[in-house]
Amino acid sequence: MDTDLTTRIAAHPSYKELKAKRTSFGMRLTLAMMVVYYGFILLVAFNKPFLATRLGEGVATYAMPIGFGVIIFTVVITAIYVRRANSEYDELTEQICKAVLK
Amino acid sequence: MSRFPLSPRQLLTLAALFGVAASAWAAGADLGQAEKQPTNWTAIGMFAVFVLFTFGVTKWAAAKTKSAADFYTGGGGITGFQNGLAIAGDYMSAASFLGISAAVMVGGFDGLIFSIGFLVGWPVVTFLLAERLRNLGKFTFADVVSFRFAQTPVRIFAASGTLVVVAFYLIAQMVGAGQLIKLLFGLEYWIAVVLVGSLMMVYVLFGGMTATTWVQIIKAVLLLGGATFMALMVLSSFGFSPEAMFAKAVEVKTGIAASAGKPPAEAAAQGFSIMGPGGFIKDPISAISFGMALMFGTAGLPHILMRFFTVPNAKEARKSVLWATTWIGYFYLLTFIIGFGAISFVLTNPQFLDAKGGLLGGGNMAAIHLANAVGGNVFLGFISAVAFATILAVVAGLTLAGAAAVSHDIYAVVIKGGKADSAAELKVSRLTTIALGFIAVLLGIAFEKQNIAFMVSLAFAIAASANFPVLLMSVFWKDCTTRGAVVGGFLGLVSSVALTVVSPSVWEVTLGNPKGSALFPYQSPALFSMTLAFVGIWLFSILDKSPRAAQDRAGFLAQQVRSETGIGASGASGH
Repeated sequence: MDTDLTTRIAAHPSYKELKAKRTSFGMRLTLAMMVVYYGFILLVAFNKPFLATRLGEGVATYAMPIGFGVIIFTVVITAIYVRRANSEYDELTEQICKAVLK
Repeated sequence: MSRFPLSPRQLLTLAALFGVAASAWAAGADLGQAEKQPTNWTAIGMFAVFVLFTFGVTKWAAAKTKSAADFYTGGGGITGFQNGLAIAGDYMSAASFLGISAAVMVGGFDGLIFSIGFLVGWPVVTFLLAERLRNLGKFTFADVVSFRFAQTPVRIFAASGTLVVVAFYLIAQMVGAGQLIKLLFGLEYWIAVVLVGSLMMVYVLFGGMTATTWVQIIKAVLLLGGATFMALMVLSSFGFSPEAMFAKAVEVKTGIAASAGKPPAEAAAQGFSIMGPGGFIKDPISAISFGMALMFGTAGLPHILMRFFTVPNAKEARKSVLWATTWIGYFYLLTFIIGFGAISFVLTNPQFLDAKGGLLGGGNMAAIHLANAVGGNVFLGFISAVAFATILAVVAGLTLAGAAAVSHDIYAVVIKGGKADSAAELKVSRLTTIALGFIAVLLGIAFEKQNIAFMVSLAFAIAASANFPVLLMSVFWKDCTTRGAVVGGFLGLVSSVALTVVSPSVWEVTLGNPKGSALFPYQSPALFSMTLAFVGIWLFSILDKSPRAAQDRAGFLAQQVRSETGIGASGASGH
């Protein structure tokens, strides 16, 4: 890519918007995933009795919905990002392409 | 195929479920860990069908593999959904299928903690790397890392990182294959290793990435299908009530503890312990460190990163990680149900147990015996064949990544200065594939008697400590320089291997030194080696005042624009 094209893209308002939005969204979601996972690990390391508490009359414990919750959270948070990226971010990219590649 | 001992009675067993299937399998008393079993012709026959079918796929793929680009990326025309299945195929190894279901059978909830660790790396890959990799790279992750840096040193680092990770992962798979085949098919260890090595070479040599991808997809579908069937059979026998399944498992575990002579209260506590965390996580430092290796290691595995270059654009790259995450999450859900099913249907059935109450054939046989319990001998053969196919596919993916590092990064860029012609590069990739095939077989045989349990986690720790930091910093940090990336990367690589060698699981268990003599007390080096890599990259970059450093920093804007927009990225059908 030539320097001129690079500078023109970098100066485009849609590019700035895309970069700022995607980077901050990606970082926030990464942080959320880390908080959930390491929170889970620390809960396992420091509060085993809580996880082994029964939910009700039966044998099911808090551990089960929490564990499965982490798995579902992982898939859902990925889906949230991909959904937004495939619509909003791709639209912005499209705008940039149209503006600079004429 | 007429050699199958497939009687109408066995088919009935399949339908009638939990019936007692009399099979040669249960013959014999205490077989111990990975003892050779009676030859299982059903399993061998089904595996033969898989091999014939995948050979057909390879023949079709070979016709499409004409250039080096086809060899590395299958022409870049694979869809997000297909690639997602292939990534899941790469990730769902036989070790995770058999190992995690066995861990759940033994420890209940503890097994789930383990599988969650393997899953949480995927969002990180999605948010930070997937689309940027696709926008910047062509064939290998070294393309991305070296985008604005001096080619030779960075490529040498990336190729080293790739080959070291591939080597440890490969040893684990080859030894696993040999042990598993001894168990499942009743073949000799060395036959299994040679078989895996030669079949894998056929796929990769002739069909390149196209064949490897389709073998992965076929195997992923078979594995997910088989595991789904087992989980549904287990759930249906409990009227689809998880509570009933858990209650029965607790009852079985309590009974086992009681018959081992425990007083009733203690037996009940032991039975109930599968419903909560047990001894899997000992100290928080090990837990965090191990968690980091799994979470960030996924984002540094060369054979996984390479899969992002097989799709045409960033959108498909994102879709492929979402599909991969979904399938892998679903798979871990299934292994959890399979593990609990094994408690109820395998641990209570003397047909699957030895004189001491252990599983026939060793601890990893939980899912295999359950297959027999819920589906009879034919389904047992099917699951055994799928387990072997799984190893084969993973080995093929690893070899392809290793071959690409040698032929693309070392030969084409470092030796030929980027001017190698496609035909010569393709020839080098094929020669490397043959060499890696032989090395894999030799390593597989050399490590037969070793305890290799640490090797997959080591591969993850190295990927997290060497490949991932360099990848992340080169893509996101403007001031990163060639020197910083190479020095920091090698610090991570060397320290993760060195700390693993002096950790208890290698120093004491594998090398046989006295207990307590290990210099490094934790289970995983990642917390320390990853930190060292990041600090190294940062320090050697900011101290770097060379003319090259100025060039590296000046190149960041162009790299960033392309990584964000994909303008100028390699197209779908290559070059």
